[in-house]
Amino acid sequence: MTMNATIIEAINDALHEELANDDRTLVFGEDVGQSGGVFRATDGLQEAFGEERVRDTPLSEIAIVGAAVGLATYGYRPVAEIQFSGFLPPAFDQLVTNASRIRWRTRGELTAPMTVRMPYGAGVRALEHHSESLEAAYSHVPGLKVVIPSTPHDAKGLLLSAIRDPDPVLFMEPKHVYRSFREEVPEGTYTEPLGEAAVRREGEDVTVVSWGAMMHKTLEAVDELDGVDCEVIDLRTISPLDRRTVVESVKKTGRCVVVHEAPKTGGFASELVATINDEALLYLEAPVERVTGFDVPVPLLAMEDYYIPHPPRIAAAIEETVDF
Amino acid sequence: MTDETRPSPPRSPDAGVRGIRQEDVSIDTYRVLGPDGSPDIDRLPDFDADTFRDVYRWMLLQRTFDDRATKLQRRGRLGTYASGQGQEAAIIGSGFALADDDWIFPYGREAGALLMHGLSMRDLLLYWRGVEDASRMEGANVFGLAISIGSHIPLVAGMGWGMKLDDAERVAFANLGDGATSTGAFHEGLNFAGVMESPCVFFCQNNQYAISLPFEKQTAADTVAQKALAYGVDGIRVDGNDVLAVYNAVTEARRRALEGRPVLVEAVTYRRAAHTTSDDPTRYRDDDEVEEWARRDPLERYRNFLAEAGYLEEVDEDAVRAEVDDQFSDAVDAADAFERRGVEAMFEYLHEETPPELRRQRREYEQFLADHPEMYDYIEQRPKG
Repeated sequence: MTMNATIIEAINDALHEELANDDRTLVFGEDVGQSGGVFRATDGLQEAFGEERVRDTPLSEIAIVGAAVGLATYGYRPVAEIQFSGFLPPAFDQLVTNASRIRWRTRGELTAPMTVRMPYGAGVRALEHHSESLEAAYSHVPGLKVVIPSTPHDAKGLLLSAIRDPDPVLFMEPKHVYRSFREEVPEGTYTEPLGEAAVRREGEDVTVVSWGAMMHKTLEAVDELDGVDCEVIDLRTISPLDRRTVVESVKKTGRCVVVHEAPKTGGFASELVATINDEALLYLEAPVERVTGFDVPVPLLAMEDYYIPHPPRIAAAIEETVDF
Repeated sequence: MTDETRPSPPRSPDAGVRGIRQEDVSIDTYRVLGPDGSPDIDRLPDFDADTFRDVYRWMLLQRTFDDRATKLQRRGRLGTYASGQGQEAAIIGSGFALADDDWIFPYGREAGALLMHGLSMRDLLLYWRGVEDASRMEGANVFGLAISIGSHIPLVAGMGWGMKLDDAERVAFANLGDGATSTGAFHEGLNFAGVMESPCVFFCQNNQYAISLPFEKQTAADTVAQKALAYGVDGIRVDGNDVLAVYNAVTEARRRALEGRPVLVEAVTYRRAAHTTSDDPTRYRDDDEVEEWARRDPLERYRNFLAEAGYLEEVDEDAVRAEVDDQFSDAVDAADAFERRGVEAMFEYLHEETPPELRRQRREYEQFLADHPEMYDYIEQRPKG
């Protein structure tokens, strides 16, 4: 049996599944309970599982993430929501100082099997501090997994894996495409493996790598390109990175374009370029191109469209790489 | 380590241990006007009739601004908007108590106080249209809106510290909501201000909701004001729907702040509108509650006072409303006339001197846009953005 679901509905379904599967699973955060979340990700969960397990918290990002660490080390499976990625920075301390290194510092005695979900990215005309893509910064924290789905099927399967993962996972949800399309999603419980990329299109000419909301801009660009046979990789997990899939593809095509929404400098594309440099340099027939946001804050809503890497930029980079 | 185990002494009852309990703290809620507008004569501020009327005009302006801004958003001519409906007494009473030299750190709902402080209505509209230039806050000692809740509070402590170092007769004034009192920034900022003896007023408009979360789930404390004690600063609790009480409370808080005693003021009020235009409050609160607070309307209460005091006869309410309406329409026209910006706006002002890589990104992007007009299929500049 399948359901025709959007990403947000698939996330809701995953939470529903795991709350039903494991009574040590807890969902909490700002406005997640009675109102069902500002994006409706937790709609109906409190009604189904009660206020003890689906809990509205005070407006306290530090305590939401810190409490998740405490609950997790005590044996619960917390799934905390940060309402917008722009509000995570105060709680970054808890991820860096506690969540990510608790296993390491206690030599495995204590662990933090916790998930922090949050919508990220631009394009929904939100207010200031609601549109950031800081995945590269989070991927720089050893011990923290960073997962970014781009489809409803993956959103559900990856979120279930994240909740079941024995270590902390930051689950970044592409809010720009929360509701922009539907696909068939299996009912019931299934998992998609963390740390494995998905090949969205097989091709011979050039490897195009992206994730999250930009995956869709990338596919739009690729599908409109005539005469270029693109292999498209959806990373799905930024950390740990599926180096093998990227490297094998680049060895085959000899060319690569990386697309992300975050600023260019220090963006995750840099890590991919370095990986290709390490493992496939001699296969390259062109420099690896990056199509990214700019080294500026995401503009307020009036100009945010200028910031986002739209398909013409992606298409141009692919053509340039192929014609090099 | 020895083989010794933890001793298990008998668990005796309290043995006289007392400490302090929640119920030991009680703070009066300060009022000037009764629910029907009847005043406590001894507490009336020393205003002349025109000033009493002016307060009313500003409250009307706040309400009109919120009404019209919300309608503008519904028509797609403004971005997400956060209304102060129901909080007019807290907003205007506090704004009235400040001096032009004071700095206001806004939290979003206090249009009237910012306009009173010298901000142009056009710029306020432009901010909600997502135009960065609005945050210049030209001509007013107004800081950028603290959209990240509570993030401004340590800044207020710091600016107040600077004012003290300068021996300046001015205060740093923060607006914040009840939700902000749960953030780490709030606790650290208040404690810091207390230690530095910064001339700061932290004005919490406790409107009972942080989006969907009611105040009683925000904190186990009975009041916001009592939190002041933990930081060694003063706390004042005031009826936030009584504009004259708020004026007196903030005036007193400001006086103490100038003496080096930061003050946390809690104005007890109610957010009658949605959290923002993106929110649907019917999911989490009853109409009955909203109606009950509508009956405690701060404008109505103050209007009753004015009428009883004989000040209202000289107020042509229709004329005041019309004037405020015109002012808003002019501001919309001015915002519409704001020059359309080019892509360079995105790259400017991040650094005093733009680094070479960013200059290159801008140059290449400008060229790309010129060469690829199809980019504009994806770029929609919002209303006169």
